[in-house]
This record gives sequence, structure tokens and C-alpha cells, in this order.
Amino acid sequence: MNRFPLWKYVLIGITLVIAFLYTLPNFFGEVPAVQISPVRTTEKVDTALLGQVESSLKAANLGYQGVELAGNSIKVRLASTDQQIKAKDVLQNSLGERYTVALNLVSASPAWLSSIHALPMYLGLDLRGGVHFLLEVDMKAALEKAAIRYQNDFRTELRGDKIRYGRISREGNAVTVHFATRDQRDAALSKLGTTFTDLTFTTEDQAEGFTLTARLKPQAETQVQEFALQQNITTLRNRVNELGVAEPVIQQQGASRVVVQLPGVQDTAKAKDILGRTATLEIRMVDEQADPTAIQQGQAPFGDDIVSSRDGGKIAVKKDVVLTGDSITDASPGFESTSGQAAVHINLDSKGARIFKDVTRENVGKRMAILLIEKGVAEAITSPVIREEIGGGRVQITGMESAQEASDVALLLRAGALAAPMQIVEERTVGPSMGAENISKGFHSNLWGFLAVTLFMVIYYRIFGLFSSIALAINGFFLIALLSMLQATLTLPGMAAIALTLGMAIDANVLINERIREELRNGATPQAAIHAGYERAWATILDSNLTTLIAGVALFWLGSGPVRGFAVVLCLGILTSMFSAVTVSRAMVNLTYGRQARLAKVSI
Amino acid sequence: MLEFFPFKKNIPFMSWGKVTTAISLLTFLFAIWALWDKGLNLGVDFTGGTVMEVRTSQPADLPAIRTVLEKAGLTEVSVQTFGTSRDVLIRLPNKGESNAAETSNRVMTALAATNPGLELKRVDFVGPQVGKELYDNGALALLVVAFGIMAYLAVRFEWRFALAGMLANMHDIVIILGVFAFFQWEFTLTVLAGVLAILGYSVNESVVVFDRIRENIRKMRGATIPDIIDDAITRTMSRTIITHGSTQIMVLSMLFFGGEALHNFALALTIGIMFGIYSSVLVASPLLLMFGVKREHFIKPVEKKEEAVV
Repeated sequence: MNRFPLWKYVLIGITLVIAFLYTLPNFFGEVPAVQISPVRTTEKVDTALLGQVESSLKAANLGYQGVELAGNSIKVRLASTDQQIKAKDVLQNSLGERYTVALNLVSASPAWLSSIHALPMYLGLDLRGGVHFLLEVDMKAALEKAAIRYQNDFRTELRGDKIRYGRISREGNAVTVHFATRDQRDAALSKLGTTFTDLTFTTEDQAEGFTLTARLKPQAETQVQEFALQQNITTLRNRVNELGVAEPVIQQQGASRVVVQLPGVQDTAKAKDILGRTATLEIRMVDEQADPTAIQQGQAPFGDDIVSSRDGGKIAVKKDVVLTGDSITDASPGFESTSGQAAVHINLDSKGARIFKDVTRENVGKRMAILLIEKGVAEAITSPVIREEIGGGRVQITGMESAQEASDVALLLRAGALAAPMQIVEERTVGPSMGAENISKGFHSNLWGFLAVTLFMVIYYRIFGLFSSIALAINGFFLIALLSMLQATLTLPGMAAIALTLGMAIDANVLINERIREELRNGATPQAAIHAGYERAWATILDSNLTTLIAGVALFWLGSGPVRGFAVVLCLGILTSMFSAVTVSRAMVNLTYGRQARLAKVSI
Repeated sequence: MLEFFPFKKNIPFMSWGKVTTAISLLTFLFAIWALWDKGLNLGVDFTGGTVMEVRTSQPADLPAIRTVLEKAGLTEVSVQTFGTSRDVLIRLPNKGESNAAETSNRVMTALAATNPGLELKRVDFVGPQVGKELYDNGALALLVVAFGIMAYLAVRFEWRFALAGMLANMHDIVIILGVFAFFQWEFTLTVLAGVLAILGYSVNESVVVFDRIRENIRKMRGATIPDIIDDAITRTMSRTIITHGSTQIMVLSMLFFGGEALHNFALALTIGIMFGIYSSVLVASPLLLMFGVKREHFIKPVEKKEEAVV
């Protein structure tokens, strides 16, 4: 009665081999490496770049242990951290600004393991060190910004159709246009109503005039918010690329939040500074008529703003916004072809290009200013003179003092465009030494706990205790293999969950062993007792594990960050323990005792 | 054969009902008092604010650190050492500033000037909104787990069992929270995870006893309900102690080797495990008796089945 058919042993054997293979990479540790990835996600790395990397390393006499092209990046393994830093400098110099070169650690497990996707567990930030940010997008500001855009668009449309209007005012997200007569208002309503289908219009007749008020429709509002979030995620991705982090995570969370995880970042202050930068960009016309002395005194002419420029002076710019940073798709430093002066090349999207063409045609010889607005304060980065009509959306700005300044301006233009301000609402930073300490603490908790439980089980249940302990160890292997296969994030609470599930998993074996003892006490033969023990304990094991599973699932559902890591391991651990404690330990018992027909005594 | 509990006769747990109920009631009331009077010492996860862990190269001079921070305009700062004299824990509340995330930068800049070799080990910054959400989600998780388990027990056993099991476990949870409030140990997200895990784990215990009670009701035809319950508890006693003992070994290992991060988590689990044994035996089962569990609740469907077969 205590025999398994051959297929069951084979099946258990196969699961054990698989579990062992997928656990294996965790024991090899990691080697230093540098990772090369393109700054812009649209670009691809290829074998040509691979060749370039190898030749530059050879030229610098840097011995490397391996180069691989994986995903959209190249990883170079190096012998030591010294060489790693040298290699980073060499590659950054030879590859230029189109690629980021970041320090990273890669698994030292042999290639054949990686080829079957046996990778080490993915360690959470509390174990490897790094920064976790939760950023919240200011949706109110995003909607207001949309309203400002409509304010400008109304002006253009009404002017285009020669409809006379008075003031265009904005209160929150509502834009109100004032008219002198009802006819003008109605003409405007039919024009704007057909052009802007995302808006709802309401009219009001007042003593002092006629008004037309536009508001965003609810679905358009959601669209604006979604767009703002997506735009900000893209911007964050660009900014993170500037930081040169090996494996950043940038993800949407909920309707208005973004999670940014930067493993291994040492200079957290700099990371926070760059990510938290709330800069937005605007292109506006410079008011050439403004009185210079009034500007110096800070008195803004009507319809103007006074802003400071980079050289310390002040200029007056029109309140009307020509373009916002959203329209800038790319910016790169370079040189003007004729004079060799430092310049910044800007690419605009199609809508931006159209507007830019119109504005430059009408304003040849005048100056336009590019403003960087940070924490409510605007600064003119540069205010070049428009020499000719610029079409096609390719703009070249000169007037930079040096190549370094051109490079800085390009960086600001490229990475500075947020659709709406963002704020850090949560931060979890773990220093690199703390990460290593946490791993060792988690590991020792598990090791000593496991040894103590094993010792107790073997003394108390003897051979059956030994089987239980082996099953427990196998449970540990299963759990680690599963975590490695799923590439689930292991955190310190996750390591605590491993310890906890190991402690709880032994419960199943205690239940079984106690049942067997009880059956023996009631006079059953050893074989019958083993059989009954396993059969009867099963219902109880299932019940008790399911209740813990309910807790685990609720924790996963409602928990965040580290608690989720705990929940994942808890749930997986319960599943693996049911298999190992019941089936694997039974297999060992069956192999030992199953064949002895006249078993007189079992060691329990 | 090594046995901790070689009981030949049943232990009359049910006849101690009055005493054990009184003890439970007293500890429970004590926990409620501690929660009401002192309240939980909620960690930064729930209150919002900034917690930093730094390591200084020399033994830390706490008053000096406080002065430096106050000079930098950071008030209401709590500075203390933990573990070693070089590990310093700095707590700062959120003060409605828009750039609260910058607080840790300001602390590091202020301290770096007077403490060369200062190493930043950990920063937890939680904004006020996020803190409130974590608190709400935590409370919701507690409710979901409690009702989920109750529903499971009601389906698997009977509503009296579900109610008794749940009350016994809520009793454990309240006591854990009460002890945390009494000693003013910090209650963090990780501790909450531990509490929820205990809720699931501790129900195990009741399930095992209930399983036996159900089995005995069907088997011990002549016995009274208190005898049946006594028998069930006595027979599962050995398993109860050993299981909880081995889980406790792992938890102790975390308490000793897991460091500061797992310390309170392990404490919560320890209290939970201790009271888990007690409550499933001496709270859940008397409650079951009180709710008037009867043989008919389980025997009837079995007899019907047999008739159908005949």
C-alpha cells in the first residue's frame, strides 16, 4: 500500500532536477560589468556597436571576460571593479553621448545556465541598494495647462476668421471669451464648436456683454491626464538615461503616479534633483518695444512678463506662449555649418513645426526667447534673433558662448519637458552596504532557523524526522527555483517570508508524523499506520494552508512595495510546501519502507 | 519514542472554562486599554515623514547632531542611536512643505560638514497622502483577511466554528496590537504584514482542532460535546506545541539574526504564536461550546447520505 508507481518517482525526480538547475545560478554570485545602452529608446544596439566596444577596449589594453548583446544593451564582464571603472571611462569617451555607459553587476553563472533562462533571483532595492521614488503628477496643473493652450488656440482661430472678440480670460479649467455683440458670439460659437470637439461650450448674456465659456468634456479631461502622465513617463525615462543607471524601472501606478526604481544609484541627492526637477519649457516672443529702463526696474509693460536671462540681464517677453516644451521632440548640441559657432539643433513635432513656421514668417528680424520655468520662476535660456522663416520643424539656435553651454542647453531642452509638474510623494533609499547587510541577515535567519528545526525534527521523529527535514530543504529549493524562474522581486520581508514558510511548512510533516504515531498507538501495523497517517492528515493540511493563503493573497492585493514581496513569497511557499511536505516526503518513506511486506517497526 | 505529551487521559479543558475566559477577558481588556490610552506608535509608513539611518565614522555625538540640524532649520527632529553607537536614526515629521522629499538632502548636507566619513544607509520618506493610503489599505487588508477566513470556515465547517475561530483570532490580533501600544514599539508596514500572516497562521490552529472535533462528533457517538472537545484538544496538543515550536524557532532566528529591520516583525510573530496556541485551545473551543454546537449540526447530513445509499 505504500508504493508509488514508477512514473511518480520519475516525476518527482524531474521536478527535483529542474528545481536544482534553477536554484543553481543563485550560488555563483555576480561579477562587475559595464552596460551600454542607447540614450534614446528608439535606437538599437547591433553587432557593429559590439565590434566598436571590443576594439576600444582592446585599444585601451583592458582585458574583459566576455561581451554579450542582450535585449537592447551590451554587457561587458570585467575581472575587477577597478577595471570596471576604467572600462566605463574608456567606453564613454569612445562611444560619445548617444550611449549611456553604466556600472552593473551580472550573474557569474555559466552561459549554458543562462541559455535555459536559469537566472538568479531578482533582488529588490532593499537587498541590492538603490532608490525607489513614487512621483505624483499634478493633474490640476495639467488641466490648467490644457486650458491655457486652448486660450491661445481660440485667439488664433478667431483672428483667422476675423471674428472680433474682447478679452479671453481663464478661471481654473474654464476659458471665457468676451464679445460685444450676440452675433459675434454666435459666429464664434459655431466656429469654435466645430473646431474643438473636445470642449463643451456654454453661453451667457450679461449686461456688460456676451460671453462664451469652454470647458473640457470629461472624457477629454481623462485624455489630457493620461497624456500628461505618458509624457512625464517619457521625460523621466530620458532623465534617467542621463543618469546612466543600468536597469531602471519606470512604471505607471494608478491614474496619476509613476514609480521610478534606480538600483545601485549611489548619489541619491543628484538623482532626486534631476528627477524632481519641475522644469517646463516655453517659447515666447521678446517684446522689442518695451522700454529698457522700465525693464531694468522690473516694471512689466502690459501683456508682458519680465524674466531674467542667463547672462544676468532682464528681458521682457510677451505673455502669449508660442510653443511649449511638449512640441520639442529632440535637441542636440552641434556647430553651425558656416561660422563654426556652437549651436543647438532642435526638432519639433508636426503641429509645433506648423506654428513655428507661421510665427517665424511673421517675425523675421525679431527675437524669440526660450524660457525654462522652474518652481514658478522663468528664466530665458537663450533669446536668438529670427533670421528667416523656419519650416520643416528643424530649428538651429546659435548664440551660445561655448560648446559646453550648447550641450547644457540641449540637455535641458531634451530632458526638461514635463507635461505637468511632478512631486516625489514617497522615497525609499537603501545604501549599497545596507543592501549587502540585509542579504546576510536574511540568509543567516534562514540558515540557523533551518538547522535548529532540522535538529529538533531528527531527535524527535528520528528517521521520519530526517525525511521531514530533507523535504523541508527541498521545499526551500523549490521556492528559490520558483522565485528565480518567475523573476519575482526578492525583498528583505520576502526573505523573512521564506523563513516563515519554512517554519510553517514543517507543520504538514508534524501533522502526518503525529497521525502515524497515533495509528501505531491504536494498534495499526506500521504499513497501515503510514498509509492512514498520510491520507488522514491531507484534509487538515489543505485546510490550514488555505487560510494562510487567503491572508497572503489579501496582502498581495492591498500591500505595496516590501509587503508585496512578503506576500508573493508567502503564497509561493505555501504551494511548494504542500507538494514537498506531502509528496516528496512520502516518496522517501515509500522508497525506504514500501517494499518490506512484513515491516515490524518504523523509526518515528 | 520521544514524546512531550504522553497523555493517556483527556485533559478537562472545558471544565476550566470560567478561569480561562476570565484570563482572556483580562488580557483582552488590558490590550484595549493600552490601545486606547497610549495608542499605536505608528511608523513613518503610516504617519508620513522622513526616517534616515546614517553611520558615522566616530561614535555619534547626538546633542551635536541635534544642534547642527536645528541650525539648518530642521525642528522637531528625533535623533537616537540604535544597534551600535555609530548607527544613528533620525526622524523628521512632514511639515506641509511642498519639497518635503528634499528634507533628507538637507540633513545630509548639514551633517556632512561636521561629520566626515558620514555614510547614508537608508532613507524612508513618505508623503502625507501616501501615508494615509497605506494606513487605509492596511486596515482594509485586515478586514478582508478576517472576513475571507471566516467565509472559508463557514463553508468548510459551520457558522459557529467560523465565528468562534474568528473571534479567537481577533483576540490574538488585538493583544499583539495592545502589546505594541503598551511598549510603544514602532508599528510599520512590515509589522502589519506579520500581523496579517499571523491571522492566517493562527486560524490553522483552530482548523486543526475543529477538524478533530468534527471527526470525533461522528466517531464518539456516546460522548457529550465537552468530552468530545477535550478529546480533540488533547490529541492535537502534541502537534500544536511542536508546530508552533518549530515556527517559533524560525522566528527567534529572525529576531537574533535578522537585525533591526526584522526585529519588530519577529516580535509581532512571537506574540502571535504564543497567544495563537492559547486562544485556539482556550478561547475558540469554549466559544464553540457557548454558541451551542450540537451533534445534529454534523450528524444529520451523514445519516441522510447513508439512507440514500441503502
